[in-house]
Amino acid sequence: MAEIRIEKLRKQFGAFSAVENSSFVVHDGEFLALLGPSGCGKTTTLRMIAGLELPTDGKIFLGGEDVTFNRARERDIAFVFQLFALYPHMNVRKNIGFPLLAQGVAKAEIRARVEETAKLLQIDHILDRSVSGLAGGDRQRVALGRAIVRRPKCFLMDEPLGTLDAEFRDLMVRELRELHNRIRATTVYVTHDQLEAMAMADKIAVMNHGVIEQFGTPQEIYNRPATMYVADFIGSPPMNFLRFTAGLQKGTRSVVVDGVEISMPEIHQDLAEGELALGVRPEDISFNDASPLRGAVFGSEYHGTNQIVAVEMGKGLVKARVPADQNFRIGETVGLELNREKLSLFDCTSGRSVASSRFVEHRHG
Amino acid sequence: MSSVSTAHSVVEPSRTSKRIAASIVIIYAVITMIPLLWIVLTSFKSPPDSISYPPKIVFQPTLEGYCNLFTTRTRQTPDYIASLGEPTSTCDEITRSRNMVIAGASNYWPRFQNSLVIAFGSTFLAVSLGTFAAYGFSRFKIPLAEDLLFFILSTRMMPPIAVAIPIYLMYRQLGLSDTALGMILLYTAVNVSLAVWLLKGFIDEIPREYEEAAMIDGYTRMQAFFKVVLPQATTGIAATAIFCLIFAWNEYAFAVLLTSGAAQTAPPFIPTIIGEGGQDWPAVAAGTTIFVVPILVFTILLRKQLLRGITFGAVRK
Repeated sequence: MAEIRIEKLRKQFGAFSAVENSSFVVHDGEFLALLGPSGCGKTTTLRMIAGLELPTDGKIFLGGEDVTFNRARERDIAFVFQLFALYPHMNVRKNIGFPLLAQGVAKAEIRARVEETAKLLQIDHILDRSVSGLAGGDRQRVALGRAIVRRPKCFLMDEPLGTLDAEFRDLMVRELRELHNRIRATTVYVTHDQLEAMAMADKIAVMNHGVIEQFGTPQEIYNRPATMYVADFIGSPPMNFLRFTAGLQKGTRSVVVDGVEISMPEIHQDLAEGELALGVRPEDISFNDASPLRGAVFGSEYHGTNQIVAVEMGKGLVKARVPADQNFRIGETVGLELNREKLSLFDCTSGRSVASSRFVEHRHG
Repeated sequence: MSSVSTAHSVVEPSRTSKRIAASIVIIYAVITMIPLLWIVLTSFKSPPDSISYPPKIVFQPTLEGYCNLFTTRTRQTPDYIASLGEPTSTCDEITRSRNMVIAGASNYWPRFQNSLVIAFGSTFLAVSLGTFAAYGFSRFKIPLAEDLLFFILSTRMMPPIAVAIPIYLMYRQLGLSDTALGMILLYTAVNVSLAVWLLKGFIDEIPREYEEAAMIDGYTRMQAFFKVVLPQATTGIAATAIFCLIFAWNEYAFAVLLTSGAAQTAPPFIPTIIGEGGQDWPAVAAGTTIFVVPILVFTILLRKQLLRGITFGAVRK
């Protein structure tokens, strides 16, 4: 197992810049999720780590060794593809043993290691089956088996659960995380599904247009989004933005939105007059008739344990997650109270968050 | 009724339209089968039966055509024939009944062997070269790839016979006239364009992930190609091989022009049988019947792949 270090990695496809100046470290045994919409450069980053694409610029270190221009087969990594890439002309046993065959491992040992791996993944009963007849979950396990049988330096996974149906997906998310806990392999996992990333990863890198918008633990990403993009991408429904124009001084403890003063964590920087946005998660909004921040109920979505209530605020809809037993009439005027401790402030021009006592900007690397 | 629908038939066709379609197919099949059936029947007729008018559908079958195909015969006096001992074979007996004796083997079998060597040899070469070229075009960024592919295709746009004279002169200079090697190279050159285009389509359909997985698993690209791509391309390779084989097997124009003896293939040889002792249609028919057999067997064995090759491009998973 090894640490993965990426330094100023860049990839250009003609005029299109797929990955721009990315740097991050995945520590030994850590599970990193590269999260972003399609075309954001997450798969390209993964393929560069694997050696399937060569970077235009930058360096890649595996366990301290510079592997930037090494061939894929010289890197000692395992890759799980979105469509699994199980060799259809081989049975399960041969598929799992295929990487060992390349290393010239003796037949008896291949057999033993394939069986050991199959037991770990609970697929030892289908070893002699053809891969074409397998169900999605089993195909996934065989693909994982082929990856872990070799005991590589790290695992790279490209949306491996993307083709599974929802039921299998939940199961595999749990299995993957359990597997990671057991073998503690450095893993980079590409996904566009925030729930997968949140559920499995130690660290998440949120990517957009080839840029890593934020790198941090799932909690940091969720609670202290570094940019409006991250705040909007993570969470369902995403963070609400209350836009206003103001100039602020360092040490300020409140902002004025629509004439209503809202107290918030202490601001740690000076801001020239400009458009700002107050960010608040739906679960940090509650209803209080005494609150001066008012809006009209637009509609509600029942989710069982809670409900999402949309409130028209004049500058757009604000969504609040409140207990399911509260009743609202559409059009009813309500007062909204924001959880002061959980508020974020963003500079709309740069899209970045404003440093506050709650959110001290974390630099990764 | 199954609810499976394809891009071509969203609605299950009605029983009547199915019947109409089936009868059209059957009628067409019968029409195409008639010449083949006629040849097989003629090969078992005696020479008089073969030219009788109206044509005989019912006749006494004989192996005379096949005997004449494989032997050369000389006319002898009845006394001489009577002086010979018992006939040694059926053919011997048939020949003697026509006041002839077998003088030796005809050239049919050597010509047939030439056909086998040249057709299979050129097919093997064209498909091998085509597979590598198609893989290259499919997987790598080749400068001017589109133009190169069009150039390869364009070699097929001109009727091959248009270049027959230059090739004839070239071959004479190079000493390739009337050699099996010359014919193999020629047929390979004609077939390789078809092979590249067909195989590129098949290889394009094989996801790159398979080779990438193999390369990450510790194999070189070449090993990945042989161990992972090739086994999955077998359907395409088989379909391509049949098309190449059929062309090389049936080719007549170049064979007439460039071969006359040692390397002559069966197609230019078969018509020459007519000349030997009157119009021996049963022998010609026998030669044709035997000539059709290898391709027939091959096609029946690989019919599924062939169908896939024909519908190539129309049926995609």
